[in-house]
Amino acid sequence: MGPRAKRMLSRMLIYAALLFWTFICLFPIYWTVTTSFKSAVDVTQGHLIPWVDFQPDWKGWRSLGLSPDTLFGTSTARSEFVNRFVNSIITSVGASLLALTLGSLAAYGLSRFRYKFAWMRNDDILFFFMSQLILPPVVLALPFLVLYKALALLDTRFGLILLYTLTVLPIVIWIMRDQFNAIPIELDEAAFVDGLSTWGAFLRIILPLAFPGMMAAFIISLVLCWNEYFFAALLTSTDAKTLPVMVASQTGSQGINWWSMAALSTAAIAPLVLLGIFLERYIVSGLTTGAGK
Amino acid sequence: MQNSVTASADRHHKHASRHTPDRRKAAGRALVLLASLGFLLVLLLQLLHALGATAMGFSDWRPILIAYLLWVVAFGAGQILTRGERGQRALFLLPAVFFTVAVVIFPTIFGLYIASLDWNLSSVDGPRFGGLDNLRGILNDTYYWNALGNMVFYTVAVLGEYAIAFGLALLLSADIRARRFFRVVFLLPMMLSPVAVSWMIGKSLLEYRFGPAATLARDLGWDNPAFFASPWMARLSIQAMDAWVSIPFIMIILLAGLQAMPKEVQEAAKVDGANGWQSFRHVTFPIMLPVSITVLIIRIIFKLKLADIVINVTAGGPGGATDTVSSFIYRVYRDRSNVGYGTALAMVYLLIIIVLLSLLLRLSRRWTQNVV
Repeated sequence: MGPRAKRMLSRMLIYAALLFWTFICLFPIYWTVTTSFKSAVDVTQGHLIPWVDFQPDWKGWRSLGLSPDTLFGTSTARSEFVNRFVNSIITSVGASLLALTLGSLAAYGLSRFRYKFAWMRNDDILFFFMSQLILPPVVLALPFLVLYKALALLDTRFGLILLYTLTVLPIVIWIMRDQFNAIPIELDEAAFVDGLSTWGAFLRIILPLAFPGMMAAFIISLVLCWNEYFFAALLTSTDAKTLPVMVASQTGSQGINWWSMAALSTAAIAPLVLLGIFLERYIVSGLTTGAGK
Repeated sequence: MQNSVTASADRHHKHASRHTPDRRKAAGRALVLLASLGFLLVLLLQLLHALGATAMGFSDWRPILIAYLLWVVAFGAGQILTRGERGQRALFLLPAVFFTVAVVIFPTIFGLYIASLDWNLSSVDGPRFGGLDNLRGILNDTYYWNALGNMVFYTVAVLGEYAIAFGLALLLSADIRARRFFRVVFLLPMMLSPVAVSWMIGKSLLEYRFGPAATLARDLGWDNPAFFASPWMARLSIQAMDAWVSIPFIMIILLAGLQAMPKEVQEAAKVDGANGWQSFRHVTFPIMLPVSITVLIIRIIFKLKLADIVINVTAGGPGGATDTVSSFIYRVYRDRSNVGYGTALAMVYLLIIIVLLSLLLRLSRRWTQNVV
């Protein structure tokens, strides 16, 4: 076998592997989306390709009240779904914004000044924040159940926002500190020369420059909060239920139709799939902060 | 407390002035003092009310939360008044610190207290002090030890995820067309919620009767493709789903490491006549070792929290074969409302994790040092 043939073969193997993994990644998504358009027969006979194997039908979406013909009517299923969807948006956006605010401030402080709190120096303080990552949700879940009952925060979106903020705060601090470290200190000094205070320099000069990092931190927080299930399952019951809890409760019930489950799953993952496709750059840059150093 | 928070000029040359007018200082101290007194007063009032000593008080503890917030604001203002520029600097860090103390440190300490109680939410008796009863119960709880054993399996399986992710990262860093397309596609599983994945894969793709995976397995000659019937098969299926969701994360970080690797190193290996495997074995892999260990540790930390998929697909079955510690504690609470015992289980788990991770961090430091 000549070198050219060998090269061809290795390229073919590479593309075969790439296509194989593409299939692994996409098939479950494809399966879920198409199943939401299937009827019972199509499910049991394992039909896969729309228009060839089976006639797509709005069945799954109708049961959610989201098909074209039911979209403008009243539907209890849809109002429940919309309510959970809004809860998910409010809690994940709220928590991400709060974490971004607290995290950016702390990260800027840790990047620019030297603190001393008892025996703790900057590195210890950073470690203190990062160590929260280790804490498994179960350790906090039951104490929070008791505390939230006393604080009347059970089954509220605000209660969830506090907890979600906590889970993403270390990640935000990690990303933002790296971001601020990359901005030269001379810019702060130039701002001081221009008569800005410490906070003025931070808010008007540094923060706008750190915008890409903030986007990355925000989007990663959003993904983590949107998908969070454990706390939401324990701490919400009726009012503040989020989308994952709704999906999970439907999965558990017996005799649930595949098409409506598929429609629900599709609706739950669609925002994130779109986020992944269009904002992949920010996600990657946020995740790889500090890698390779 | 306020005296020990000191920020000194570090990277900034702008000098933090040490001299603030005495009157401002006094005002700042008075403010913090007043706020602290107010907070303690509200707390005391509510404590007495909760214990039944006084009739006056609030119906729930939410005012305490508001009082804490007000105290934090007053404390921050006091910092600026008493310490001027240095107070302004401390103000960057204080919100995050007070937040973390309120939502992590305090609940964890409170959790230690709950862990010593015999407290079942569904029983009428209310909490009763049990001392070390819960700990004794844990020692005899075979389900808990079984779940811990499963965690060992799930943790070791991270190595398999790592191997696949490394392969994918190498593929993506090869000279290929449509790299961006493949990167986005390979990233997608990470974006999906584990709960949705539980249904998409666990409950439908792998479904025994009509799931396409089961159909495919039948076509390939496996007569009885039950993915969740036997303990080992169930464990592997859960692990496969978790791997599907988490491989992209490992892959992205390894890919970044590969792209940061100097090109000359690879070319030098090629000039020396190394073939693909040799240059991977002796050049790429050792250079990637620090990144690899970092990502493995992060991944293990997240793996130790695994719960969602198990709760939703198998609920720990068959016979506890797929249980993780988190999913087990979740059921202790959901099915038995046993808050005291559940918290005790969680605290023991936290202790094990801390010991394990400190060992791992120390070991990893030695490995990475040997290489560099």
